[in-house]
Amino acid sequence: MSIFWLRVALGLYGVGLLYALVALTRTSDLLNRVALHAAYLGMVFHLVSLTEGVFFSGHTTLAMVHNSESLLAFLIMAVFMIVYMIYQTTSPGIIVFPLVFLLTFLAATRQQPFFTMSPGMRTGWLFAHIGLIFTGYAALVLSFCASVLYLIQQHSLKAKRTTGILSRLPALEDIDQIGYRALLLGFPFMTLGLIAGSVVAESTYGRIEFQDPKILLSMLMWAVYLIMVYTRWIAGWRGRKAAVLASVAFAAAVVAWAANYFSSIHRFVPS
Amino acid sequence: MRFQLIGLNHNTAPVEVRERLAIPESRLPEACKKLTEFPGIDEGLILSTCNRVEILANTKNGAGANLRAFLKSYFQLDSSELDKHLYEYHEQEAVRHVFRVASSLDSMVVGEPQILGQVKEAYATARAVGAVRAQLDQLVTRAFAVAKRVRSETAVGSSSVSIASVAVDLAKKIFGNLAGKLVFLVGAGKMSELAARHLMAHGCASIFVANRTYERAVSLAYKFKGQAIHFEDLYNTCDRADIVITSTGAPHAIFRREHGEVFLNRRKNRPMFFIDIAVPRDVDAAMNKLDGIFVYDIDDLQQAVASHVADRRKEAERAEAIVALEVDRFQARLQTLDVVPTIVSLQDHLETIRQAEIDRVRGRLGPLSPEQELAVEALTRGIVNKIMHTPISALKSAAREPEATTVIDLVRRLFNLQEKRAAKSGSGDAD
Repeated sequence: MSIFWLRVALGLYGVGLLYALVALTRTSDLLNRVALHAAYLGMVFHLVSLTEGVFFSGHTTLAMVHNSESLLAFLIMAVFMIVYMIYQTTSPGIIVFPLVFLLTFLAATRQQPFFTMSPGMRTGWLFAHIGLIFTGYAALVLSFCASVLYLIQQHSLKAKRTTGILSRLPALEDIDQIGYRALLLGFPFMTLGLIAGSVVAESTYGRIEFQDPKILLSMLMWAVYLIMVYTRWIAGWRGRKAAVLASVAFAAAVVAWAANYFSSIHRFVPS
Repeated sequence: MRFQLIGLNHNTAPVEVRERLAIPESRLPEACKKLTEFPGIDEGLILSTCNRVEILANTKNGAGANLRAFLKSYFQLDSSELDKHLYEYHEQEAVRHVFRVASSLDSMVVGEPQILGQVKEAYATARAVGAVRAQLDQLVTRAFAVAKRVRSETAVGSSSVSIASVAVDLAKKIFGNLAGKLVFLVGAGKMSELAARHLMAHGCASIFVANRTYERAVSLAYKFKGQAIHFEDLYNTCDRADIVITSTGAPHAIFRREHGEVFLNRRKNRPMFFIDIAVPRDVDAAMNKLDGIFVYDIDDLQQAVASHVADRRKEAERAEAIVALEVDRFQARLQTLDVVPTIVSLQDHLETIRQAEIDRVRGRLGPLSPEQELAVEALTRGIVNKIMHTPISALKSAAREPEATTVIDLVRRLFNLQEKRAAKSGSGDAD
């Protein structure tokens, strides 16, 4: 049943996706409103789906692992909505909606992965690990969206194209604020999530396998994240340089995520 | 004929004439009352703003009224000198005019938002004294809906059309909220001062002023309640400014790329906006290549203004199309409200029945004398007229009520007039 609700949510996010596609060519207040309401409703069904997943598996942590893409999509939407509430802008939706749609699509069509709890696994830490890391991911995605929008807006301002399709993007400093706040918010989550993860690994395997691709990539992602926060804080990097860093961090996050499928110790698929 | 409008505006009358015809708010209710008491007028509304005075009326039984005479008697003016400033619209054209005025397409600055509020006030005043009740109410409320549609579907009211306001728009595009931003005015000039004033009005917190002659800077700073800066301190203080307006008479650029790099460094890369009004330019074009510095020279600003003006014109065309569509729609609605076609088809319908019935029994009656013929004719006609009397008077009185459509529908359904009316409406306007 939870997959059914998820597919309903997917359909509603599809409206958001439509918004993202149309927004590239024209702006429409009506579509904007429709997309937002569809997204709200989608989130409700999404939450129902997630809750049901927990309910039926009878195990919160296990359900979180099973529905990881779905959970991540939900958290990204949540951060997007927070940004909307503060800044009254749906512009990040141009990137957020397709991404959320993709993640939800994967979750709604994929076979449920096989995952077993090792007897020695500390589920409390695992729970914290997943929750924290995913919130960190969601914030990172939004920060990435913001830096792409920043580049677009900066380019249109420099090219002196003040009218036209991009004229409804939020102000440059607002976009900057969104990105920076998302970054600041995400960093502690990511850090604590990684710490929780290493506690889980330690307790399960007795040591941390640094040669494992998942762990390597996660460390890399964290390092780029750290550099990003640092350069922003100390030197106020924004615009092109910040966007490059954000892209690297985002790419590292995607690869680290993908590493789940070929890591020997951190995997969802049966070995 | 039903709706009628007379008036003058900024295009047809100079301000001396407009101010003589302006009706102050306090006297508007009484003027509205007088208007409805004028012969031939059923409902009336008066709009009086600094740019226009207009009188809109719904005339009794569509007979038309002499609004010119009303104007002249109300203001006790001589007829000939006023006539050349007045325009008059009837029916569909009056509807179109009301829609255009409410949508700000007839305004001096097309798209300015105040006019809708003024129309709303005029409507409220007229409604309060009972001068607007039925059809005029429908017309004016429709005009509000049209104005709303124009506002939301076109960008006719959105872009600014002066250099100073374009500068403010750009600053907002960069900084979002201008509150707390610092403006640096380098050199003096009418246009740069105007731009500075606009920026301050939109929330910029404070202003620095620098000039080759320090005294000039001091007096300008005094005017803006800002701070005068010695010209030699320009490069040391400039990084504190978010927006720099420059208009010096320097022969070479005074802000170059290397300055920009230093500023950005000191500002931790927070963006900076240079408005360069000077010719020759004060800011090197290479500055615009730096991440975080945005340079707009006078040509860029003028181009933005021009493109906004063009945009507005294009948008105004779209708005006119919406208005045209809405006028047709309203007209169609009025026609359904119009009781005359229904009355005519009701009469036709009963007449056909009467004729058919006479023809049917004629054979049984045998040959009739001319007197008998007349008697049968009078009898049947009398019955039909008696039957028709109540529905027709009900229709006529309903025409003056907002819920006319229900009554018309009811009568049509009772007498099964549907197809006949459809066939009729194809043949032409009932008016």
